[in-house]
Amino acid sequence: MTNKSDLSEQSAPAGTGVSGSTPLLSVRDLKVHFPLKRGFIVQREVARVRAVDGVSFDIMPGETLGLVGESGSGKTTSAKAVIQLTKPESGSVKFEGQELVGLGTKAMRPVRRKMGMVFQDPYGSLNPRMRAGDIVGEPLKVHGLADSKEDYRKQVASLMSTVGLSPAMAERYPNEFSGGQRQRLGVARAIAARPSLLILDESVSALDVSIQAQILNLLQDLQEQYNLAYLFIAHDLSVVRHISHRVAVMYLGKIVETADSKDLYERPLHPYTRALLSAIPTPNPIIERSRERIVLRGDLPSPLDLPSGCGFSTRCPIATDRCSESSPELRTLAPNQQAACFLAEGVS
Amino acid sequence: MTTDSPINSSPLLQVRDLRTSFNTSEGKIAAVNGVSFDVHHGETLGLVGESGCGKSVSALSIMRLVPNPPGVIESGEILFEGVDLLKISDKEMQSVRGAGIGMIFQEPMSSLNPVLTIGRQITEPLGVHLGLKGSAAENRAAELLELVGIADSKRRLGDHPHQLSGGQRQRVMIAIALSCEPKLLIADEATTALDVTIQAQILELMKNLTAQLGTALMIITHNLGIIARYADRLNVMYAGKIRESGNAEQVYLRPSHPYTVGLLNSVPRLDRPATERLDPIEGDIPDPANLPSGCAFTPRCRWATAECELSEPVLEQVEDRQMVACFESKAVSDSVGIALQ
Repeated sequence: MTNKSDLSEQSAPAGTGVSGSTPLLSVRDLKVHFPLKRGFIVQREVARVRAVDGVSFDIMPGETLGLVGESGSGKTTSAKAVIQLTKPESGSVKFEGQELVGLGTKAMRPVRRKMGMVFQDPYGSLNPRMRAGDIVGEPLKVHGLADSKEDYRKQVASLMSTVGLSPAMAERYPNEFSGGQRQRLGVARAIAARPSLLILDESVSALDVSIQAQILNLLQDLQEQYNLAYLFIAHDLSVVRHISHRVAVMYLGKIVETADSKDLYERPLHPYTRALLSAIPTPNPIIERSRERIVLRGDLPSPLDLPSGCGFSTRCPIATDRCSESSPELRTLAPNQQAACFLAEGVS
Repeated sequence: MTTDSPINSSPLLQVRDLRTSFNTSEGKIAAVNGVSFDVHHGETLGLVGESGCGKSVSALSIMRLVPNPPGVIESGEILFEGVDLLKISDKEMQSVRGAGIGMIFQEPMSSLNPVLTIGRQITEPLGVHLGLKGSAAENRAAELLELVGIADSKRRLGDHPHQLSGGQRQRVMIAIALSCEPKLLIADEATTALDVTIQAQILELMKNLTAQLGTALMIITHNLGIIARYADRLNVMYAGKIRESGNAEQVYLRPSHPYTVGLLNSVPRLDRPATERLDPIEGDIPDPANLPSGCAFTPRCRWATAECELSEPVLEQVEDRQMVACFESKAVSDSVGIALQ
């Protein structure tokens, strides 16, 4: 991958108060392909979905990287490949200096202790037959982090109050909790084993706005308190801006732009980022009515039939012939800002 | 709540003291609990609130599509062009649906019949309401598909819903909803399930088409940004009641109900500094079977006084066209006014 050196340049996040200069997580040229097979007895690969196709990023300790993109862009698959729930085709995932690609299930277990995960659906991701306290405490048992029953109970109680739930609720079952409270349980479970990285996959998307704000504040408090790093996956760009230090925008399995959050939102360089930003309405009627919107043509191309050249060229308002002939690589266009577009200079 | 429309003085739709409840194992739940509002010819009204606030049930009540049982429209009036929809026969209601009021739902996949072609589904209302049959209906259907931006429309009529993308399905839903040129189009979270760039396409399409046809639009959503962009007026609902209503500028720039203020402070906004900490509403949405006494927002409200637990405030005019149901509305809007400067 040619842009490897660029990526190491960019890995010093500016003005984020992040400690240390070695990345906690370092992903290089990650590829996850799903073969599509046909045939009854002898299965032949007839096509291949490049769900993640050469993704590289770093996350520093205590930093939040926002991963945004529309459905099918490869955000969730990237996260799953990071935590080795999906085996990558190729590439490297280094966590605290250790290579994870190729590690067996057993060798992954101590690593998973340091990577928590919070899912989107607070209804589907908690076992309905387990008491809240046991859901939160399960990682403590799995990783042997409690010395005694008493210690276990104490740790569960403290975890519950950390996420704003009363320890007395430990005896209840998930169906007795509201959506927001369930998501708090999910967060408590994710931080139980003292991870250094949390993967938050659309963790606030399903919540009502007043509850979503509570969880976002909780996540920010926890980050400050425990120096947690977040890989924050979401499709809502205003939420991502709020919580992220750096942002990577994905389209059809590739990162098309990455920058410090402030720069990306103030000066988006990739036409796709610009279109995404312009598609979000702000709750201010005066701004909204005077704002021009870039409305993209058409739908996302089928992952089985990707356009030649730049994947975005079929919907891009400024595409030229060159864009459908060859595929642009990520280029450093400003300090800490990279975009994969031949025409990015003309965009701003 | 009788405000004059700039276009036509008699409202297209008048909802008066609508009450819709559901009988559940936990008792009777008042999903819509005394809601009154108007929709004027050609205007766009937003209905905003969180899950369970009664915004969708209000729309279903207008269409008389509340599942019964368990749902019952207890009382109220729904005057559409002066006719009370709650008093007419099922057959008469049938002709209001589609021809008078069109509706688009959130899930385009489950709203379309998977085994029928797109063409069949668009021509059906054309036959029922306009008497168009055969090639006349087919030509009109192709025109409609063209109108909602589906290319190669003649051939597309033979497609089944699964052959279309999510955005295209929602375009077909819009084509069906507008096929008989209704006077009112209700879009219930019509773009919530779509990706942001597709959401933008569909909303712009809906706004342009309704403006072109002079159709009034009622947008139901939890997304405050969408309402700000598209609605002329809005109603903010909480626990089955309208808590605040007014012109978009009034409600967004000088919100006077604590719930509206809380909603606006809960969303991260691109027009505010990213470092600003969110100021969420505390606590949870109340259990509809067990609403607090007095004003239902009291347990989560920063301005609540002893009076709020005892009696329920009614909607009162605070400004020209702006109505608020809160005893402390003056203090609320004053404090927000200061915060905005």
